[in-house]
Formats: sequence, C-alpha cells, structure tokens
Amino acid sequence: MPKNPSIKKVLVIGSGPIVIGQAAEFDYAGTQACRSLKEEGIEVVLLNSNPATIMTDKDIADHVYIEPLTVEVVEQLIIKEQPDSVLPTLGGQAGLNLAMELEERGFLKEHNVRLIGTTSETIKKAEDRLEFKSTMEKIGEPVAASLVVESVEDGITFANKIGYPVVLRPAYTLGGSGGGIAHNQEELEEILANGLRLSRVGQVLVERCIAGWKEIEYEVMRDSAGNCITVCNMENIDPVGVHTGDSIVVAPSQTLGDKEYQMLRTSALNIISELNITGGCNVQYALHPESFEYCVIEVNPRVSRSSALASKATGYPIAKVAAKIALGYTLDEIPNAITGQTMASFEPMLDYCVVKLPRLPFDKFISAKRTLTTQMKATGEVMAICDNFEGALMKAIRSLEQHVDSLMSYDFTALSREEVLKQLEVVDDRRIWVIAEAIRKGIPYEKIHEITKIDLWFIDKIAILVEMEQKLKSQELTVELLKEAKRIEFPDNVIARLTGKTEEEVRDMRYANGITAAYKMVDTCAAEFAATTPYYYSVFGSENEADAASSRKKVLVLGSGPIRIGQGIEFDFCSVHCTWAFSREGYETIIINNNPETVSTDFDIADKLYFEPLTPEDVENVVRLEKPDGAVVQFGGQTAIKLTEALMKMGVPILGTSAENVDAAEDRELFDEILEKCGIPRPKGHTVFTAEEAKKAANELGYPVLVRPSYVLGGQGMQIAIGDKDVEEFIGIINRITQEHPILVDKYLQGKEIEVDAVCDGEDILIPGIMEHIERAGIHSGDSISVYPAKSISGKVKATIEEYTRRLARSLHVIGLINIQFIAVGDEVYVIEVNPRSSRTVPYISKVTGIPIVPLATQVILGHKIRELGYTPGLQPEADYFAVKMPVFSFEKIRGADISLGPEMKSTGECLGIAKTFNEALYKAFLGAGIRLPKYKNMIMTVRDEDKAEAVEIAKRFEALGYQIYATKGTARALMEADVSVRLTRKLEQESPNILDLILGHRIDLVIDTPSQGVEHSHDGFVIRRNAIETGVNVLTAIDTANALVTSLENTDVKALTLIDIAKI
Amino acid sequence: MKAFLILEDGHVFTGTSIGSQREVISEIVFNTSMTGYLEVLTDPSYAGQAVTMTYPLIGNYGICYEDMESDRPWPDGYIVRELSRIPSNFRSVDTIQNFLEKYDIPGIAGIDTRALTKILRESGTMNGMITTKEYTSLDEVIPRLKAYTTGKVVEKVTCRERKVLENDGLRVALLDLGAKRNIARSLHSRGCQVSIYPAGTKAEEIIADRPDGIMLSNGPGDPKECGPIIEEIRKLYDTDIPIFAICLGHQLMALATGADTYKLKYGHRGGNHPVRDLETGKVYISSQNHGYAVDTDSLDPAVAVPAFENVNDRTNEGLRYTGKDIFTVQFHPEACPGPQDSSYLFDRFIHTMEVKKHA
Repeated sequence: MPKNPSIKKVLVIGSGPIVIGQAAEFDYAGTQACRSLKEEGIEVVLLNSNPATIMTDKDIADHVYIEPLTVEVVEQLIIKEQPDSVLPTLGGQAGLNLAMELEERGFLKEHNVRLIGTTSETIKKAEDRLEFKSTMEKIGEPVAASLVVESVEDGITFANKIGYPVVLRPAYTLGGSGGGIAHNQEELEEILANGLRLSRVGQVLVERCIAGWKEIEYEVMRDSAGNCITVCNMENIDPVGVHTGDSIVVAPSQTLGDKEYQMLRTSALNIISELNITGGCNVQYALHPESFEYCVIEVNPRVSRSSALASKATGYPIAKVAAKIALGYTLDEIPNAITGQTMASFEPMLDYCVVKLPRLPFDKFISAKRTLTTQMKATGEVMAICDNFEGALMKAIRSLEQHVDSLMSYDFTALSREEVLKQLEVVDDRRIWVIAEAIRKGIPYEKIHEITKIDLWFIDKIAILVEMEQKLKSQELTVELLKEAKRIEFPDNVIARLTGKTEEEVRDMRYANGITAAYKMVDTCAAEFAATTPYYYSVFGSENEADAASSRKKVLVLGSGPIRIGQGIEFDFCSVHCTWAFSREGYETIIINNNPETVSTDFDIADKLYFEPLTPEDVENVVRLEKPDGAVVQFGGQTAIKLTEALMKMGVPILGTSAENVDAAEDRELFDEILEKCGIPRPKGHTVFTAEEAKKAANELGYPVLVRPSYVLGGQGMQIAIGDKDVEEFIGIINRITQEHPILVDKYLQGKEIEVDAVCDGEDILIPGIMEHIERAGIHSGDSISVYPAKSISGKVKATIEEYTRRLARSLHVIGLINIQFIAVGDEVYVIEVNPRSSRTVPYISKVTGIPIVPLATQVILGHKIRELGYTPGLQPEADYFAVKMPVFSFEKIRGADISLGPEMKSTGECLGIAKTFNEALYKAFLGAGIRLPKYKNMIMTVRDEDKAEAVEIAKRFEALGYQIYATKGTARALMEADVSVRLTRKLEQESPNILDLILGHRIDLVIDTPSQGVEHSHDGFVIRRNAIETGVNVLTAIDTANALVTSLENTDVKALTLIDIAKI
Repeated sequence: MKAFLILEDGHVFTGTSIGSQREVISEIVFNTSMTGYLEVLTDPSYAGQAVTMTYPLIGNYGICYEDMESDRPWPDGYIVRELSRIPSNFRSVDTIQNFLEKYDIPGIAGIDTRALTKILRESGTMNGMITTKEYTSLDEVIPRLKAYTTGKVVEKVTCRERKVLENDGLRVALLDLGAKRNIARSLHSRGCQVSIYPAGTKAEEIIADRPDGIMLSNGPGDPKECGPIIEEIRKLYDTDIPIFAICLGHQLMALATGADTYKLKYGHRGGNHPVRDLETGKVYISSQNHGYAVDTDSLDPAVAVPAFENVNDRTNEGLRYTGKDIFTVQFHPEACPGPQDSSYLFDRFIHTMEVKKHA
C-alpha cells in the first residue's frame, strides 16, 4: 500500500526531559522518524520540552516548539499549526499519554486531526491493565494471575488469594515507577499505596510473582496490511525481577532452542496483530526455565528503549520504518537502508553477539540502595558487539567508564566462601563480579544458579573469563594464550596486570605476532547480501572487512559514551552536529561510540560508525586502521577529553584547541598564571594532595571552602566544607575513587553565578548570550535554573564578562568552544571554572539564540574565521524573549538518594520555558518540569538559619497565594515573628502526628527544606526529603528556587501561553 | 586437533576439528538461522552438502532428540565459529559434540564463518573439503574438489518402506523425497492419517490407495537428477487428487509439467526470508532451504502461475496449477527450524481435500 496522500503535515510529540526510564533513546527514535517523514516530503511540526535533544533542531523538523508537554499546549499548538495528523508513538510514554488524553477529550476529532502510527483503541488495549488482560485471554496468550486494584484493601485480599510474593505494576507510568515485589503484607501496603498515587489512572496491577523465570523480549513490526516481522529477540541475563532497563541483556537469545524461540515469536506476532498495531512494538515475556510455560509481562505499542537497542543490535532502523508505516507504506515497500537489496520485511539475522549493560548512578548517589528491582534505576546504557559472548561482555564492561575493566574490578576476594554465598543473594549492579568471585572460590555452577537463577550458560561464560584470568596469572604468556585472551577481549592493560608485564610489552607482543583487531560489519543479514553501510565492530582472530581507503580527509569524532548524571544527551547533540559540519566541509567522518540510545550511533550519521568502547586501546585499534587526519575531542564531554593524551601518543593531531591548553585550564598553577597575566580575579584557592594539606589550605582561606577533584565533570565529588571535619570526610570520599589528579580547595564565594559558551577562532570570540543562574553559587550549574538573557546583572558586569571571555579564550589559544563560569558579587566578576570544550548548555544556548555554535566551532576548527562566517565578533545582541532552562531530577527512582542540591550534579535532564516575558518563561519551565501547583495549598518550610530572613519573604508570598504553611520550631518562630500565619509541626523524632505524618497524608504541595551546608549531621532532613519525594511531593532545597517558584505561581493567570517556533529564531 | 577447510577456489581456513576426524568432500553451503541447529543437522535436504552456520555460537541449548527432523543428521560436514562448552536447556539430553561424534559427522570450528559466507556469497556455492590432514600442496586436492557432485541423494534419504501414521481424518499420501518430520506431524496433528511412501514408489501404487490428497515433500539435491520420480509425479498430476508440495516436491512438479529449474548462486537457507502471496499481497516470513528455483519464464500459464514470490530477489516461491487442486511452495511451511507464519497452508490443503471429498 503506498503512502497515504492525505497526510501532509504531521505533529510529532517528543518525550520531554531525560529522566530515568525515558532517556536519549527517544531522541534517537524521534530524530530518525522526523528525518524519515521529511524524506517523504511531509511538513513536520515538533513538540518537545527538552532543549538538549537533536530532534528539537531546526535541521530536523520544519517547526520546532520547545514547550511544556501538557494537553493544553498540544491543543493550542494544533490550533496554531493545524497539522492533519499526530504521530505519538515516538515520544515514549509521555507522548502516548498525551495522545490518549487528547483523544479522550474528543479534541482530535473536533479539529479533524487523526492519530497515525497507532490508534487510541490500540493504546488502550495495550496499556490499560484490564483491557490488556482480556485481550490476551481472548487470543489465548497467558498472563500471570493478576488483578487490577484501585485500593490497598483490594490488593491485600487478592494477594492473600494468590499468595506472596506478588509483583506490583502501576498503570501508565514510566520505567515501572512505583512498582516492586512485595513479599508480605507490610511491603504490599507500602509499595501499593505509592504505586496507586503514581499511576495516572490510580490503578495498580497485583500479579503472581514470576521472579526467577527467564525474561525474553521481542521487537516486532507490523504494517497496515497486517504484515509482521520480528526485528530481534533479546534475553535478559538477570531473570525476571530486575527491570529490563537495569538488566544485562544479550541479543539474540542464547539459551532458547528453536522451539521456544518460535513459540514466543509466534505469540508476539499474534499479539501485535490482535492489538492492530501499525509500527513497532515490544513484547516482554517470562519463560519458565524448565518448561514451555510462559506469560506475557508487558506490551509497549511504541518505540522504546528496547527498540533502540534492537535497532543498534541489528542495524534495522525501527523508528524510521515505523514512521514510514505511519504514512501508509507496507513493510515490503520500504527498502532496507543497510543492504539496499532487501526490504524492511526481511527479518534481521545476526552473526555476532550483542551485550548491553546498564549504567547505574550509584557513583553519584553514594547513599542510595544499589539493589535492582522492577523499578528502573539506570540513567543510561552501553552496548558491545563481538563474535563471542565473553568478548561482548568484556567490551561492555570497559565501556561503562565506571573504573571497571574486567571481572576483577569490584574486589570481593576478601569475602569468605560463606560470605560470597550470602552476597550472591544480593541483586545489585555488581552481581556478575560476585559470580566471578564465587567461581574463583570453587562454588559449583549449580549452587550459583540456585541462588541467582541466572542460566548456567551465562555462568559458564563468566567462568571462561575467570579461567583466563587465572591462566594469565599462572602461565607463561605464549602467543597462543595471548591470542585466546584477545579473542575474548581482555584489554592489554588487564593482561599486563595479570602477567606482570607492561601494557607496552603486551601490545608489542601482539603487533609482533599479528594479533590485531579486525572489524566486521553489522549488516542485518549475516553476510547473506552485500551491504554498504559501514557500521563496524571489532573482533580478534578474524579477517578485517572495514575498508579504510578514502579519497577524502578523515576526521575522528569521539562520542561521549553512556548517559550518566553530569554527562548527558547534550554531548551527543554536539558530536552529531560536529560530524555533520565536518561532512559539509568535505571530510570523511568516523564516529566511535558505545551508547545504543543515541543519535550519534545511528548508522547514517557519520560516514563510518565503529561501535566500540572508548578506551585508549580500543580507539588505537581504529586509528591504526583508519589513520585519521585528525581527531576532535572537544564535543564528546569528559569521555573524549580523557582520550586526548592517548590520541597524541598515537600521533593523531587534535583538531582545535591543543591538548596543552586543555591542560592549562585544568592545571591550577598554569591556570593561575594565565589569570594573573589576563588580570582576571578568581576565588582564592590551593591545589593539595592530602587531607592535612587541604585543612591547612581551608583554614588559610577561611571557611566555607569548595573541595573538589580536578578533571571531573558534573561536579563529581565536589562539596562545600564549613569545617575541618567536612574536609576530612570529603577527601576520604574523593580518594575512594582512583585519583590520579590533585584536589582543589577554593574559597567559596556566594554571588550570582553566570555562564557563557563562546566560540573562539584564535583572535575573535563570539558569545551567543550570557546565562544567569537563579540559584546562588554553590549549586552545580547543571542543577540550577538558568536564564537567558541574564536579567539581573548590570551592563558593566556583562561587558566585564565579555572582556574576560575574550582574554581567556585568547590566552588559552582556544580554537573552537570554550565554556566559562563566573561569579558576580556586586560589580566584581570572578572566574570559577573554564572548560575549553563544549558544555551542557551548548544545545540550549544554540537553540534560544538561533546561533548554531557547534557547526560554527567546527568551521573555526577547520581554519575559518568568525568574521568570514558572517558574524560580528563579541557578545551578540540579546533576544527579545526569555528562555529558562529548568533541571529535572529522577529522585523518586533512586531509593535512598539524598536529593538536596549542592556542588555535585544530580539532575538527569532539563526542560525549557521560552516566552516574551520572564514570568511566563519561568512558569512554562516549571510546568515542563512537571511541577503543577497549586493542588492542596499546604506546604512545609524548614530552613537553615542563614536563609530565615529570605524565607520569611517567600512565606509571605505563598501565604498571599492562599497557602497554609507548616513549619518546624525554628522556622515557625521566625515566620510568626514576621506575622506569617504558620502551623507548628512536630519534628521527626517527636511523637506522632509529626512532620512525617503530615507529608504522608498526601495533602502537601511542597516542602521547602534548605539543609545546612557541609556534612549534614542530622538525619532528619534526609528522611523528610526522601519521604516527601516518594510521596510525590515537590521538594525544593535552595531558597532561590523557592523564590522562583513563588514568582511563577504568582503569574499563573497566564491564560493562553504564547508558543514560539524555535525554527524561526 | 587442527582441522582445515579447503575450498575449490583455493581458500584454506584453519580451525579445530569437531565431530568425526574423517576427511570429507562436499558442497559447502551456509544457513543463517540463529536457532535450530539440530533441525538443520537432521534436515535430509542437506544430504550431499556441508553446512556452515553463520550464527557464531552453536550448541548453547544442547541436543534434544525429539527435535530431530529425521532419524539422523545428513550433512557431510558441519562448519561453525564456536561450539558451546556446556549445553544449557531443560530438555537437553546430550551435547552437540557427542552428537556429531556419534553420527560420525566431521566438522570444523574456530574459523571465520563470516569470511567464508562472504566467499560463498560472492563466488557462489562451491565444493570443499574438511580434513585434519595438512596438505602441503593443493594441486592434488583441488581437482578432487571440483569433481564432486551431490548426485542422486534422494535415494539415500528417503524411507525404505511405506509407513502409516494412523488417524481417523483425511487420508494423505506423503511422498518422502527426504521429508522433514514436521510435514507429517503438521498433517497428523490436524487429524490426517498420513501414509509415507518411499521416493521410488510408483504413482499407480499411491493412486490405488485412494488418498484424499498427496503431499510431495522437501528433499536434497538437483531436481533434475530425479528423472524417474518426475515421471511418476506427472502421473499424479494427471489425476484429480489434490496435491500440496514443498521445496523439492514443488520443483519436481514444475519439471513434471514442462517448466524448468535453475541453480541459484548461493541459495536461500535460513529463517528470515519474506515471501509475498501474489493473490493477497500479504507477506510472510518463511523458513527456507533450497539451492534451486523454478524459472518463472518457463511457466505455461495454462499449466501453472506463480502464487508466491521472494520479496528480496523476486525468485519464485510457489505455484498454483491452473484447473487443478495443486498448490506448491518453495519455502517450508512446516518450519522447524524457523518461523511458523505459513503453517496455515496445511489448513488450506486440508480445506481443499475436504471440498474435493464432499464434491
């Protein structure tokens, strides 16, 4: 069936800010879909509140709206843009939920807009627990015994009937929010109450526990003619009980025979047909490990994290094909872009093995529970491809960038055999390391399987890796042994460690014996057809098929690896735009990256894609083959920057700012010299190595001081210390992580925090705009609300900032991008940080100023001058509207994580509010971040002494808005003295009803709790904040944020929001 | 022990010996299925060939005898990237290593199967040798490789005598040209009584048993080597008994009615080929295993018209015989291994038989 000619203008709904459970995969899917639609001549209107995405670029869609994802906004947008169709299946759960609401309200019908990609009946059948269950029953597909409940009492009755443990799954939530396994009534009551609240429709499914069964997923495609295919299946190494987003996943399945494989495949096709899905769909199964019994866990009638993974694992572009299907094409009419010879109705066949590992945020949330459950916790993931499982696992491990490079990296050797057995019962992110230790201790496979339920086949593979460690330790390193170690992807540094040789010796021995990496192609068809798409992975011991010959100059673009807190999707935005800019300049572009969720790892972004870990050795293997003319590291975040030295050793020229100058910005002494030379002040500080030195420095500077390790991103390990005790504790934490770089101790200045990104061509600079943070210095810039244009600093300060930026960029010989953070105290401007590379704010400032700074920086790197590119150097004129970037957190997903903001970054994503007035922009930003107030008009305040004066002013304004304020003793007294009507609430340790009961009573809109600086020695604040977050209460931990929120609430009379088309800026 | 795979174009792959260590010369083909290695090994259509599995990890779920598609494995040789050290599946009763040894199938592991597949794809299916002997010169080996032909392999794989799977439904005569078990099973499970005849059975004998329908099975080798069988099939065509044919059976029916077949460059072997039903336009993913195809240019529309085509290369995947209750397909609706999407064709055959019977 050819394209439906009546589809001319399509509204694509994105997924909003990055949160745990909904991450970069939707940018990948959305970007691919938009390009696919534009290819067909469709006019694309895009709505997404996330400014860091590639999909919200004017290159991707015709009209781009970075607005809050609310029904009101979509309705207004439909009226304004008048699309004929809405495509909701590419924006994750957020997009789907919005479409459902619009449909239910009858709005779409009324405005003659149709849903394409899927119908609301389909969404309902798949997403509504009851309808889904009855649909499955109708076609004879088994689901676990279950009941949808709307109250805790009903849940208890049903659980008593089917027996504990039971699994709880709230309807319509992201990444399984609020779900869990309850082993007894007490746990049931707790999890169920929480789940009911989080569910959009107040429903939670209580079901028979199938924990321990194999978890298998199928990615299925179907067109409007009813043709179906499976793209691939995937097996979770972690059995049912761990969310698939947190599981180690292998594709294709490894332990299923053809009978099981086809049984589930047929079931998946039956399901997609019965649900009448047109597009992509993900079906999750639990398969009994010792019978053919299975049940359907879940169906996602849209693209998902799993579909992104399946796309990258097979080379089959699910989102692209789904978009074409939405336009009316059938699978047999859509060419397979990889082979060019086959059609999209051809099922991919793999001739390699793919392993995905989750990237968990426990390095950021040290206090959080590491346990993995049905509630997803991972912020991102890495994928690795190899022709054997062991190799794929080893590559995935070192792609994580979590100081792990082998199965020895988490050290459990000190545990006794008994302790290891005990540890095996713990389901957390280190489980495979514990299994490795269990094997080292001689614990039989069967015993390990009995405890973990992980299939023996995977345990044996881990054993093969452990045996290799032991061989390398105990035997002479022969050529044969080295070959075998490389076949299963032991990196040279690990081989060196185990054999007592140096890494260079190992490498020399490899080269001398021809043991080098070869590259194989991901071609969707197991080599059955010739493919031309250069998507490669490395193997050892095979023939190379990557063709390095090229008539063009080659540039290597290093990606940014897995999405983690502090290094998110914005670096993928930068890498992709840099790649495109190099392409336009006539270069052959080569990307190395390992993140399956991102746009940069789509096979048609660069001329060549190497899906590889980003370690010096893995990069060197590519460099040896490709011999690039240069590499760019300034767009790939810290991951790429860290590779600079290694690249230089390989003889690869670093394009743009030189490595020495990157170092100069990080090296305290060199940097101080430059600042002095430029006449720029900075907060006083010292570089130290030990706790003693740090304390000495702190006392000399006077507390409070900022303590942080150099060479980190996202403020990892950065803390404000108010006394010697804090310094000791912080240095201890910093030194727990391998620390090759010194520690910085700086005087902490409390002022306005200002940030700029600039392009420098060696002579001139271009500053698209100055961004001002709402929160005072001390809160990580990534966690602060950022306003463009800066509105509360004087012209003099702006001029100073421009001048300082110019001086610094020139002194550091920056060619390309530079990011500088300043503190303004009155008219005095201090520099606090300089990063001669791209930053988190680059996509945001590009979009709101309309200045494409990544392509500009790329052109500058290639020798063009700012003036010849048509720009007047210097600070660009300010826009006549305001743009507010709001951080978004995923605290409710990470049990035990402290949510108070500080110098260490904690947000997972961001959204944007853009409007003619500051107040409207701020209102939109809060709305986009999901803060929709007021509800009950009750709030709690408990602030530290230094904030009390300001807290009083804020309280008065909330009171004027009709809020009833509750406060603990100290805060209450301050408020009462200022005549604010306040109700005193008992502290946590006092008898009930106390502050906790108030929070748990579900009648509170907001908690403003500003913890004292330094190490918080009282546990109360933590407990209050955690409970509030888990009860769904908004919690603010900075007085400035509270001030902004009340300002926004005072201006909610904005009836019709103004919608701004970013593509027209 | 070291083993070598020598191709007739002079390529030599060095790996490890698996299964039997005897030397074998055969036609080298590749199969892209990711699961179903036991079904592939026991598919009689592989007689006279050595199979390369493009999926690199084989043997993961061990051996479960009830999944065998015939009494024994048929390939002359087996070529894999890696055999799993342990099998893991609740039904597994043996390892693939033991299985290959038990049936004396020589094989080679540890070679770059992707590189081999690319050679076969580019140069076409060719002959090769699996050996543990280290030849210093290939001059003597290559002519032997070139001389190899699969020959009349149907005789080798067909059953020796007539067998009956009792049931009380329709009576189907299955001509065993190297039938996979799931063909009979698919009919039997739909209530049919299935009588299985050796390939050399005379048409008269089958007709005399008055079946409600005749099923021509899959099988190995070049269809044109099956002269005498083709003659008998022509006689079956001339009756008005409904006939359903799969793979070799499909090719033989075409040859019996005046059409031609030709050898594909490297065949279709795997579980992912899309075939289009030309009547409805609907596409099904099919299990395939064939090196020859029916030449659609040679078809006389008065005799037969294409019913299915391969979506990728547009080769013929099925025929409908004009004025007859005869329907034949190139792919494998019985699956095993592979997708079960086209199993409805057995239902269609049963429907045809019923209509005929009650006419």
